[in-house]
Amino acid sequence: MTATAPRHAGPGVRREPASPAASGGRAGTVRRSLFRALPVSPAVVLLLLFLAGPIGYCVVIAFTDLQLTGQAESSFVGFENFTRAFRDEAFLNAVWLTLVFTVLSSLIGQNTLGLALASLMQRASKPVRTLTGGIVVTAWVLPEVVAGFLLYAFFRREGTLNAILDWLRLPSQNWLFTLPILAVSFANVWRGTAFSMLVYSAALNEIPKEVTEAAEVDGASGWRRMWHITLPMIRRSIGTNLMLNTLQTLSVFGLIWVMTRGGPSGKSQTLPLFMYEQAFQNSLIGYGTAVALLLLLIGSLFSVVYLRLLRTEF
Amino acid sequence: MASTLAPRRTPASTARRGRRRMAADAGLLVAAAAFVLPLAWVVLSALDPHASLRVKVPDGVTLDNFDAILTPEITFTPLLNSLVLCGGATALTAVCAALAAYPLSRFRSRLNRPFLLTVLFATSLPITAIMVPVYALFVRVNLIDTMHGTIFFFAASQLPFAIWLMKNFMDGVPKELEEAAWTDGASSFQSLLRIVLPLMGPGVAVVTVFSFVMMWGNFFVPFMLLLTPDQMPASVSINDFFGNRGMVAYGQLAAFSIVYSTPVILLYVLISRRLGGGFALGGAVKG
Repeated sequence: MTATAPRHAGPGVRREPASPAASGGRAGTVRRSLFRALPVSPAVVLLLLFLAGPIGYCVVIAFTDLQLTGQAESSFVGFENFTRAFRDEAFLNAVWLTLVFTVLSSLIGQNTLGLALASLMQRASKPVRTLTGGIVVTAWVLPEVVAGFLLYAFFRREGTLNAILDWLRLPSQNWLFTLPILAVSFANVWRGTAFSMLVYSAALNEIPKEVTEAAEVDGASGWRRMWHITLPMIRRSIGTNLMLNTLQTLSVFGLIWVMTRGGPSGKSQTLPLFMYEQAFQNSLIGYGTAVALLLLLIGSLFSVVYLRLLRTEF
Repeated sequence: MASTLAPRRTPASTARRGRRRMAADAGLLVAAAAFVLPLAWVVLSALDPHASLRVKVPDGVTLDNFDAILTPEITFTPLLNSLVLCGGATALTAVCAALAAYPLSRFRSRLNRPFLLTVLFATSLPITAIMVPVYALFVRVNLIDTMHGTIFFFAASQLPFAIWLMKNFMDGVPKELEEAAWTDGASSFQSLLRIVLPLMGPGVAVVTVFSFVMMWGNFFVPFMLLLTPDQMPASVSINDFFGNRGMVAYGQLAAFSIVYSTPVILLYVLISRRLGGGFALGGAVKG
């Protein structure tokens, strides 16, 4: 699949122009390199101070018993925070819920629905395509907290979903109380599907028409074409999309916070909310940070896979 | 290819095509209906004098809800805070990203590839995870509850993606024009400012708008790093509708949601018209 940005031409083609800073000699080369690196420095400083710094600090305090109040000094406690986590049922519960949330809303929900919408759009008429696309994208562009409120209203006992179920004479219930993790997963599908839809629309548009038409003429049914032709041709998009969706979903905080605060009694408490509760409601910064570090490690793992998927691209 | 296929387009296949289009339209409309329900609630409730939590046609249209929230305390101060916060951070992000992208795009260096890989890696790190250590660090260095501290962190968190996107856009600007400028004695900085950036105007706009929209909607970062109520941006102050005011006035909450969301939706429309739907994905989802 072609990338949007042009890649470097072959080594022979891309020659260095004579830049204003160019001057002869080895010292000149060093000076030139430094001079050229200069514009990067504000970004590097910001990234080091405010991103690499906190990550480094995260690694340090995850191994201490730092607390929010009272204690002026913290001490090194080794792996205690981590062993504690794996013995803590609330932590294991949060890991499980994070897994459920990610699989339900990202891998299954956003990804499949996004692909379905994108492939329907290939065939639909223009006004319908524009209308649906506009609505789905609006859900995506809305601020996190607003999206949270809208879905809170949707799932509440006296909310819209139950109104519809009543109308259909189906049993209604208090979704945010009985099945909170399902409700927040649906919320995440509602909010995040646009991303997959846009990715897959772009990918599907790049499949040459001749290929699918030829298959159609040969009598391949819609499902077979999807399975044997379309999916293999967009598999790289599927890979990167799954990766980014997963990473997005792993770090969802505001949406769940607004809808359920992780409750009732931890039934929708994913890792970010568990981390927040430990660090601030229980004042255990060290423990909370250990959880954060685990989350960061999971994220880095996905991030590395993502890089591998893009490897040949630049 | 097309010509060999053309004779096979019989009336039957055209009819099948038509049916398939109808089916696709129907499928999309069902999805649209499901997606629009929560959105319909916010619009209808904002105009409804007796708003509740379910979608219903208002028993009268009123602007009282907007009237009630358009006060300095509820709306203007938080929106202004949002503007200062996100505007400052976006400006910082865009400037740093443009400067950083220039050598990455223009000069060859052994460091380019590792740097870009690091940037791409950082792009996909879950920022949520580091908010607790960032809080602890900010307390230690006295940046907690400061606008500038929050702006710096916001900018840093958005920078990896912004650099990556900016570099890709910059690669699209041909080098010849710049070389001509150099021959005429312009410095790198001058050619970046006068030639490259104007030529990649839409790209710069995309990076800027995208950063701004991401920060405008972000809840967790200001929620953690700002403490004083006067400094809260709209993403956090909207919470007050629930906790502190007792009975929730859903109509006002809906009205506020609309006022708060409108700028980013407008910005998105503005930018997507110009560059097509998948603009934001250009850099991140190649492949």
